[in-house]
Amino acid sequence: MVKTILGQVKEFKKDSLVTPACMVLEVIMEMLIPLLMAAIIDNGVEKGDMAYIYKTGAVMMALALFGLLAGMLGAKYGASAATGLAKNLRAAMFNNIQSFSFANIDKFSTAGLVTRLTTDVTNIQNAYQMILRMCVRAPISMVTAMAMAFFINAKLASIYLIAVICLGFCLFLIMGKAMKYFKQIFPKYDDLNASVQENVSAIRVVKAYVREDYENDKFTKASGNIFQMFTKAENILTWNAPLMQVAVYGCILAISWLGAKMVVTDALTTGQLMSLMTYCMNILMSLMMLSMIFVMVTMSMASAERIAEVINETSSLSNPAQPVTEVADGSIVFEHVDFSYRAESEEPVLKDINLEIHAGETIGIIGGTGSAKSSLVNLISRLYDVTAGTVSVGGVDVRKYDMEALRNQVSVVLQKNVLFSGTILDNLRWGDKNATKEDCIRVCKMACAHEFIEQFPDQYETYIEQGGSNVSGGQKQRLCIARALLKKPKILILDDSTSAVDTATDSKIRQAFATEIPDTTKLIIAQRVSSVQNADKVVVMDNGRVVDFGTHEELLEKSEIYRDVYESQTGGGGDFDQQGGGR
Amino acid sequence: MEGTKKENTQGANAQPKGPMAKGPRGPKPKIKNPGKLFARLMRYILANYKLHVIFVVIGILVGVLANVQGTLFMQTLIDVYILPMVGEERPDFAPLAAAIFKVGAIYAVGALSTWAYNRVMVKVTQGTLRNLRDDMFTHMESLPIKYFDTHSHGDIMSVYTNDIDTLRQMISQSMPQLLSSALSVVSIFVSMLILNVPLTVVTFIMVAIMLFATKTFAGKSGKYFIAQQKDLGKVNGYIEEMMEGQKVVKVFCHEEESKKQFQELNEELFASANNANKFANMLGPVNLQLGNLSYVVCAMVGGVLALNKVGGFTLGGLASFLTFNRSFNMPINQVSQQLNSVVMALAGAERVFALLDEKPEVDQGYVTLVNARKEDGMLVESGQRTGLWAWKHFHQAEGTTDYIELTGDVVFDDVDFGYNPDKIVLHNVKMFANAGQKIAFVGSTGAGKTTITNLINRFYDIQDGKIRYDGININKIKKADLRRSLGIVLQDTHLFTNTVMENIRYGKLDATDEEVVAAAKLANADQFIRRLPEGYQTMLTGDGANLSQGQRQLLAIARAAVADPPVLILDEATSSIDTRTERLVQDGMDKLMKGRTTFVIAHRLSTVRNSDCIMVLEQGRVIERGTHDDLIAQQGRYYQLYTGKTPGLGMAAE
Repeated sequence: MVKTILGQVKEFKKDSLVTPACMVLEVIMEMLIPLLMAAIIDNGVEKGDMAYIYKTGAVMMALALFGLLAGMLGAKYGASAATGLAKNLRAAMFNNIQSFSFANIDKFSTAGLVTRLTTDVTNIQNAYQMILRMCVRAPISMVTAMAMAFFINAKLASIYLIAVICLGFCLFLIMGKAMKYFKQIFPKYDDLNASVQENVSAIRVVKAYVREDYENDKFTKASGNIFQMFTKAENILTWNAPLMQVAVYGCILAISWLGAKMVVTDALTTGQLMSLMTYCMNILMSLMMLSMIFVMVTMSMASAERIAEVINETSSLSNPAQPVTEVADGSIVFEHVDFSYRAESEEPVLKDINLEIHAGETIGIIGGTGSAKSSLVNLISRLYDVTAGTVSVGGVDVRKYDMEALRNQVSVVLQKNVLFSGTILDNLRWGDKNATKEDCIRVCKMACAHEFIEQFPDQYETYIEQGGSNVSGGQKQRLCIARALLKKPKILILDDSTSAVDTATDSKIRQAFATEIPDTTKLIIAQRVSSVQNADKVVVMDNGRVVDFGTHEELLEKSEIYRDVYESQTGGGGDFDQQGGGR
Repeated sequence: MEGTKKENTQGANAQPKGPMAKGPRGPKPKIKNPGKLFARLMRYILANYKLHVIFVVIGILVGVLANVQGTLFMQTLIDVYILPMVGEERPDFAPLAAAIFKVGAIYAVGALSTWAYNRVMVKVTQGTLRNLRDDMFTHMESLPIKYFDTHSHGDIMSVYTNDIDTLRQMISQSMPQLLSSALSVVSIFVSMLILNVPLTVVTFIMVAIMLFATKTFAGKSGKYFIAQQKDLGKVNGYIEEMMEGQKVVKVFCHEEESKKQFQELNEELFASANNANKFANMLGPVNLQLGNLSYVVCAMVGGVLALNKVGGFTLGGLASFLTFNRSFNMPINQVSQQLNSVVMALAGAERVFALLDEKPEVDQGYVTLVNARKEDGMLVESGQRTGLWAWKHFHQAEGTTDYIELTGDVVFDDVDFGYNPDKIVLHNVKMFANAGQKIAFVGSTGAGKTTITNLINRFYDIQDGKIRYDGININKIKKADLRRSLGIVLQDTHLFTNTVMENIRYGKLDATDEEVVAAAKLANADQFIRRLPEGYQTMLTGDGANLSQGQRQLLAIARAAVADPPVLILDEATSSIDTRTERLVQDGMDKLMKGRTTFVIAHRLSTVRNSDCIMVLEQGRVIERGTHDDLIAQQGRYYQLYTGKTPGLGMAAE
């Protein structure tokens, strides 16, 4: 996992190495300067030697400047290394997510992915920066100070050694305990994110049912959970500071006592005693710093794991070794196809599907709610893979195609119409980014969207808000159809895409299809018989099986289900165009 | 908070934002009033944790004092205790031992105090963060629909996580540290002043320089931290939108485009984060070396003073002063370090308070909905659910209360409305629905059908005209009560992460399981629910991603059914359901609708046909009105819409 994360350092390697180097220089300065400071007092001030003071002072200033330079460089490169790593991690995750199949996407929730790309990355950024800047300086500081202390007097210095070991041990215990809790926090963050997101997108439902209080309660519980977890974890960390103080004070007192004895017996000078005291602070501060680094690092371990998960996830759908890049035509064949969303499902969603569709045909698909119509068409553009059997397009098994090439030729208008924030033209160009405005207008006319777009003040430059909240449902649907048409695909799949469109418009759209894109194989999933009765053939689905397949007339004769639907829509209730709707 | 708000809807000069907008970078933002912001934050914390904070302050004080006395002991150790004993035959360590013991005791108190106040601080910090999150959420729920339609969802989410997180470090570490450093500084400063004034002045000048450096660097990094939080919000927003629509991205092979746009946002975030951290990091070394410089200057100046015995200043005094100088610089350094996290936290706090300052939905209604029962032909308020509802109208002028029975009589009186006041989308809409009637709205797309339902519900308020409900102006009715009287099934179904049972129960929180199942049966959802892996206990996630669109609609209908509302609004409620199932649902719906006023928006004849009145909308105006038979006979727009024939001509064009 660490490898995965560090693998993203890439172009910031230089920065990552320069930073600790600068820190080392800074530390060296820091070690030297106190010596000079002491020298100023001992040799300069005490002896009244102004010249010495000036000379040493000048040297000190030079060293200070040098230290400053080192420090600033370290600061600059530390920042760029850490934020650079963060940038690369985000990019790596996002790019990998783009390669995910639907199955992969279903595995991580939206909120989970969002948290990983923001909060978790920030944690790593902070930890990395801390490591680069402190991780070198703290140990060097500590070791140097220890060495100096030993140099002065080994016996007393060993007190420090003992203190360091004890303190280190205690800190280690504390960290371990706290880590347990920190690990549990991130999933709770995900939950919080999800909670906010749901409320923000479903606010109309919340207000319509006057459920603000209920949602507030739900949220308070979620935030309360985070509160509890964090409090538990941080409470454990509060032991750090007092323990540190106990160690420092203990050392000071011990050294005072023992040192006094030694000074009295002339085994130690007072100057040396003072020096030892100074090193005390130094050593234990460094240890403290190390422990803080340890905390940050361990906290970010949890984040690192979550990030690595996403980076290392391989798409469940991958291109074959020698992908076919040309789609011959829009013919589709299903051979003994079974499909389940999850391998463990007992009942497959699609059972033993066998269909043969010729290029250029218009095929209607009709069936009850939940009869797996959408699942069927998802297999054609390889959004999911079959669990048994084969689906072929243009005579080739879809698994043999290069996925992008396949999907460029199979255009789907999904049931849930999603538009993105941006202008209408931006949205349309998802179908073909090089489309000219004339192309866009052409497809909008086909999709019967042109008239209403013209009526907007900004027309094609009209800005669509997130989720398309400023266009009506029917308008959204037509824009999605136009978008799909722009691709000029060999296969066009309309998954119940005209449900929010009135019948007259629906038939206009279908007419446009017939005249403008006659060679495209069109699969139309619909509820209205009128939408499919003029198709070349109609597939009738029930409960995951194809129960009938034939022309409108054939089905009226042999399919009970079809007859039933037809009559329910044309007979007593039914749909509007039965009045002389001779087509 | 310039820039976070977008202008609303069609036609307005929208500031390009969102995934595909390439707006200009613009001038670097500044926190408008850091002092005020900080003060507001302090007030917020103190509001809930006053005693805690006082305790913490005392604890810090104790800790600092313990430390100070330790430093003092260090100084006296040699002179007072050790030196006298040097050279003696039998040195008496007793006084030293006593002193050490005393100091040790005080240190122990200091350490204990540190532990105690840190613990309390944890509660204050986490508690404050939690309170902020809760307050934000509660406030957000009260905001008008317009806010949600004009802000990126991910950006809103970012405030709850990224922006609140910046506060954590500041409250838990920076503030105590600032306080203890400040106290240390003061005590040492006093000691220095006692020793020697001119040198103190010199030190002070150096400190002033350090403070100036701090302000410069903190100011620069502060600017970039604000930019960073904003960019983080944008990235959050982009990711959220893309993740939600990831399936569309795949279907349109939009991956490369998506990556490219993300890269742009990512680079921007990198730039602001890099700069922010750079300046923040630099502050440490700068102040550190300035401190060293201060030492040298003091040594030089002090040397001159001491050697010339100016004002009785001795070398010993100089030595002491230099020690003080050294310990003076340390807290200053710490303060400047902490300042960075303060600056970053202010950037986050600004966005938090911006959300909290958004104006909530205006609701000046005072008429409420109550349960009632009939007593001697008069309506009397009842505590229990009776199935009979009444509006409680309190007349302030007279001090009397009227009870008006809820029958579902809705009147639109010459209503004008536009999402944007400059662009009116509904013109002179006149409509009336008597109690128990079924009114259908038809019309070409974008004619304004959903808009009308937005108005009955008061999701948006009208510009002109009046809407009356049972004779009462709906502006007078409290929004919550108004909405409780309406059951609405929207075009976009939204389900929550919860079990199927709980999702249906959303319509009526105290519904029993039997009531839920009955509603599901009515909506013809019961069958498919039972076939789900865990039946009614199946968890729905991601807005019901594991169900088909039609199934989700059935659940939405069941949800409305269980609410048992007096008035129903069905907006394309059955558009994704096949017609056979719809017939079954329709039966149930008809039973449900019996005696209730219902507004239906649909394209299917089967849904609309038996309405008491059909309103045909075109471009925001009601152009035809009547029953199905009336309208067909008229051969007007309705006729055209649903037969595909142009009136006057014979057969439909092929």
